[in-house]
Amino acid sequence: MRDVGIVAFAESQLTYGTTNTPVEMIVPTVNEVLKNAGIERTEVDFWCHGSCDYMTGQPFSFVAAVDALGAWPPIIESHVEMDGAWALYEAWVKIQMGEANVALVFGNGKSSAGDMNRALTLQQDPYTVAPLWPGLTAMEGIGACAALQAGTVTERARRDGAKNGNVLVSGSESADELLSRAVTSAPFRDHDLPAMADGVSAIIIAAGHAAKRIAKRPAWIRAIDHRIDHQNLGWRDLARSTSAAIAASEVGVHNDKVDIAELHTTFSHHEQLLINALQLRTDATRITPSGGALVGNALMAAGLSRFGHAARAIFDGTADRAVAHAQQGACLQQNIVAVLEGN
Amino acid sequence: MSDKAADKPLRVRMPIGIDYKWCAGPASTDYLTGLKDGRLYGRRCPVCQMVYFPPRNGVCARDGVMLGESVEVGPKGTVTTFCIVNVPFLGQTIKLPYVAATIILDGAHLGFSHLLQEVEATDVRMGMRVEPVWRDKSDWDYSLENISHFRPTGEPDAPFDDYARYL
Repeated sequence: MRDVGIVAFAESQLTYGTTNTPVEMIVPTVNEVLKNAGIERTEVDFWCHGSCDYMTGQPFSFVAAVDALGAWPPIIESHVEMDGAWALYEAWVKIQMGEANVALVFGNGKSSAGDMNRALTLQQDPYTVAPLWPGLTAMEGIGACAALQAGTVTERARRDGAKNGNVLVSGSESADELLSRAVTSAPFRDHDLPAMADGVSAIIIAAGHAAKRIAKRPAWIRAIDHRIDHQNLGWRDLARSTSAAIAASEVGVHNDKVDIAELHTTFSHHEQLLINALQLRTDATRITPSGGALVGNALMAAGLSRFGHAARAIFDGTADRAVAHAQQGACLQQNIVAVLEGN
Repeated sequence: MSDKAADKPLRVRMPIGIDYKWCAGPASTDYLTGLKDGRLYGRRCPVCQMVYFPPRNGVCARDGVMLGESVEVGPKGTVTTFCIVNVPFLGQTIKLPYVAATIILDGAHLGFSHLLQEVEATDVRMGMRVEPVWRDKSDWDYSLENISHFRPTGEPDAPFDDYARYL
């Protein structure tokens, strides 16, 4: 295996209702991550993008995103119909295969372009589930009923969100105050739901010497694993995340201490499911200090941002060993877990 | 329910649909509002200085930067390449044969496609100078269809070197 590390991260200010096109949204963040790395775009030998056509309502909308990259001379690029964290995974594989040394990955989503609760239903089984239009919130509600620990998670996310200037919502309410609010979509209160956002996230990963040249302290991706639960909600135990648990075990989350874990928690009850699946000790591990997707969920970018914030904690020495997690699909169907180390 | 009825397949209608809010973005907003006024606006790349008409997604695909100032272009232009359409097809409204041409407007550096009329298809050539023929002003919308078609100006052809770079 080659040593591959995250060497730079950038994410846009999250908004809701941007009047920019998706391509216009991407350009500043891609240029910012290149600037953060201190490299020219010609030094990037693989580009990978995560986005979802259902969000824009245009087939092959991702093709236009290549306009944002300055693809001259011609570049080698790819796309995943997933969160940008899966683009990072593809780039990591590409580097492991020896076909690239420096890769730029990014994810972008414009949640305000439509009703995402409906759009995300289209990721379900097209014959028996999607035509019923259950909506993402209702599907997650089934999972939450099985494992709800509302209140405490959101209290911390909103407080941490205030420290991360890019998020969409923040607050300093106590768990008791949050729990006194009305249940808006049973079993959820509004603060249990992700704050849907428009935003972009970008990361550069690089191999060995290239990584050391670009970053003072790369966040080395020591292990990364992607696992999928069955798409049929009725065939799964929604009170646990089996695929996250397998991925965590494969990457050896517990081989050493975990200073921070950036979890891609979109609904508040996910956090407890993920803490259980990854067997994190909350007294020893700081959970999602960026505030996470609860306070700003730029679909297709929020998962990659978890990798970015975990890497940032390594860059600045806040953490020596971090866990980054990203998920996709209803009720934590797909999970990526990675271990990042500074040494 | 009889056994016979149970053998029939159950059919349900499940219409699907999502409404979207599409934003043109700042660059295409200039372009579209310009067309509504009968004017043609592109945008200049601050790096390569090329003027994009239409301004596409508001970025220079070559340099990966946001396009800069809005620039009025045309209305005259030059035919770079063209296609003579001879094949009839369903829903056809234009008399065959006709010419679909790629035109670069004066001051712009990106070709776009439009219809060429008021000329025999056999007389169309690369470098031919053309101008837009606008529809009646009362029919104008935020659309390039405000231009009914292009027609020859009668000016001498543009030299090949003027447009060779943009083919």
